[in-house]
Amino acid sequence: MYKILKYCFYDLIRSRWSYVYFLFYLLLGFMLLFLNNDLSKAVITLLNIIIVLVPLIGTIFGIMYFYNSKEFTELLLAQPIRRRSIFLGLYLGVAGSLSVSLVLGLGIPFVLYGLMKSGVIWDFGLLLLIGTALSFIFTALSFNIAVTQDNKIKGFGYSVLLWLFMAVIYDGLFLLSLIFFEEYPLDRYSLGATLLNPIDLSRILILLKLDIAALLGYTGAVFKGFFGTNAGFLIAMAVLSLWVVLPTGRMIFKAERKDF
Amino acid sequence: MYRVITFCMILWSLAGIAQSGNLLVVCEDCEYKTVAEAIRNADAYDTLRIEPGIYREYNLVIDKPLTLQGVNLPTIDGGDMGEIITIQSDNVTVSGIRVINVGTSYTKDFAAVRAVKSRNFAIRDMLMEKLFFGIYLEKSAHGVVSGNKILGDAEEEFNSGNGIQLWHCDSIAVTGNHVEKVRDGIYLEFSDNINISGNTSSNNVRYGLHFMFSNNDLYEGNLFENNGAGVAVMFSKRIVMKGNTFKKNWGTAAFGLLLKEINDSEIYDNRFLDNTIGIQIEGANRLTYRNNLFSNNGWALKVRGACYGNSFTANNFLNNAFDLSYNSNLNDNVFKGNYWSEYTGYDLDKNGIGDVPYRPVKLFSYIVNRTPETIVLLRSFFMGLIDFSEKVSPVFTPDNLVDTQPLMKRSL
Repeated sequence: MYKILKYCFYDLIRSRWSYVYFLFYLLLGFMLLFLNNDLSKAVITLLNIIIVLVPLIGTIFGIMYFYNSKEFTELLLAQPIRRRSIFLGLYLGVAGSLSVSLVLGLGIPFVLYGLMKSGVIWDFGLLLLIGTALSFIFTALSFNIAVTQDNKIKGFGYSVLLWLFMAVIYDGLFLLSLIFFEEYPLDRYSLGATLLNPIDLSRILILLKLDIAALLGYTGAVFKGFFGTNAGFLIAMAVLSLWVVLPTGRMIFKAERKDF
Repeated sequence: MYRVITFCMILWSLAGIAQSGNLLVVCEDCEYKTVAEAIRNADAYDTLRIEPGIYREYNLVIDKPLTLQGVNLPTIDGGDMGEIITIQSDNVTVSGIRVINVGTSYTKDFAAVRAVKSRNFAIRDMLMEKLFFGIYLEKSAHGVVSGNKILGDAEEEFNSGNGIQLWHCDSIAVTGNHVEKVRDGIYLEFSDNINISGNTSSNNVRYGLHFMFSNNDLYEGNLFENNGAGVAVMFSKRIVMKGNTFKKNWGTAAFGLLLKEINDSEIYDNRFLDNTIGIQIEGANRLTYRNNLFSNNGWALKVRGACYGNSFTANNFLNNAFDLSYNSNLNDNVFKGNYWSEYTGYDLDKNGIGDVPYRPVKLFSYIVNRTPETIVLLRSFFMGLIDFSEKVSPVFTPDNLVDTQPLMKRSL
């Protein structure tokens, strides 16, 4: 497994798209800090970008890589290697290289602009952690689609739909339900609904760390009461990990039984 | 302005009278070793010069026209026993003394310096520390409170007092004071014709400045920073608020300026920076808001119910999370000729006024007003999308709530 991971990782690291992705974040980081020297404000702007872009790129890149390396995968399958190692290796390679591009691309400009000395280092660390988690989650989800769907066009369609659902439609339904049940106490419901969607969960986790949390009013106080405690933070992290583990498990389960 | 000049003239004449009396010196090895002794032996219009040192005294009642003058900040230490200086006469001046350790009581409002039914008094350049109430003016008039420094250590609202409190007062100038860490920095109740200018009120537990049932007052050029909740003006009429800075009043229940039941007032040339809510307006009628700057606030303006006949002109709204929140569809207030940093219209005839009207209420702000829990969607991609679509073709937000002449550039 380790060898496949290494091969896949280096293959991706050398590929043009990884560089483009890395350079994009690098430019974005420098641009943000150049236009606005305030690190904490740059973190808010980055939040907006990370919760939309990282899932999108994770999904698209994951599915693209899986389909493109289909022949290589089939070649590997003919060898006496466990299927679990092959697919886990591929998955970790893709998700890992995406995360490295993200962390380095954003990390370098921020470190150069004096992140180490500023107070937002923990917020920024959390931002990168969450970006990495989102990369792993959405790559796993897209691998799931790719394993079950041989038709490339359909596979792409589903993965875009998946991203659309998580990033946009889910919030829309959430909003509608909040308005529909506005006469009931909704604090716990909204807490639960936020926990269920990794994108919303990431957004709230970072918002609560920033000054802007004061805007959330009493709903924010409920959230802070939950996520502000160690237990709440651990639960949030556990939910994010579940979002990585469950899709990966399903992907391997499917792959082991699939007739290639 | 003429009011200030009148004050000055009163003071000059007062100083002239005071100097005509005798000079009594208080120090450790003088004839008078305590301030109380000196007050007892002084005649009206005498001057007491208090030399540097620590005087452990409290309940000093000044019941005749006297001038108490500290040299190099002598300390009067009340030892937490009760009130320290009480002025009960007209024409009293107290200046340049450090007053510490005022007693705390939940039945009596002990103050470092209190004036009761006094006229033509002056309290200046005092330093007050470890206090309950700082300066407490009661049914007094024509006085000056200036250049004092009041440094409290309040933690909770229920067991702390106010920095400068005016109760049933008239024509008093409160200028150039510095108040920190008390309950309300400056508190006015039933006080009219008060001029509050050039003060700094910061880090207070409740309000930086608080008006209750007070009319015809002016506050200008003050700085209110990092208070529990900025400035509150309640149940008052004809207040002029001019050139003040409201800064960093940040927290879940904080605002720069709270207006509640206030009529016929003017708010202009103020700056509201980094507050959770710039101005919260409730039951305010016939107010004019002109040339104010709202920058980086959560909500620049939050308009609650019963606000009629307000006009907002030539204000600058820069980078606020929400420019305006409105809780009804009925609008009797006018927004005209303001600059909104989120305005994206164009100006074809180059007259500096945008050709497309601006709608300051975002759809998200409208939804949050209806269902407050929806605020959890703050900064989500979905909200950005629907705000954008609402901007392009407004459906939900009240259609009479527009700035018909939005400025293209910041008004100066």
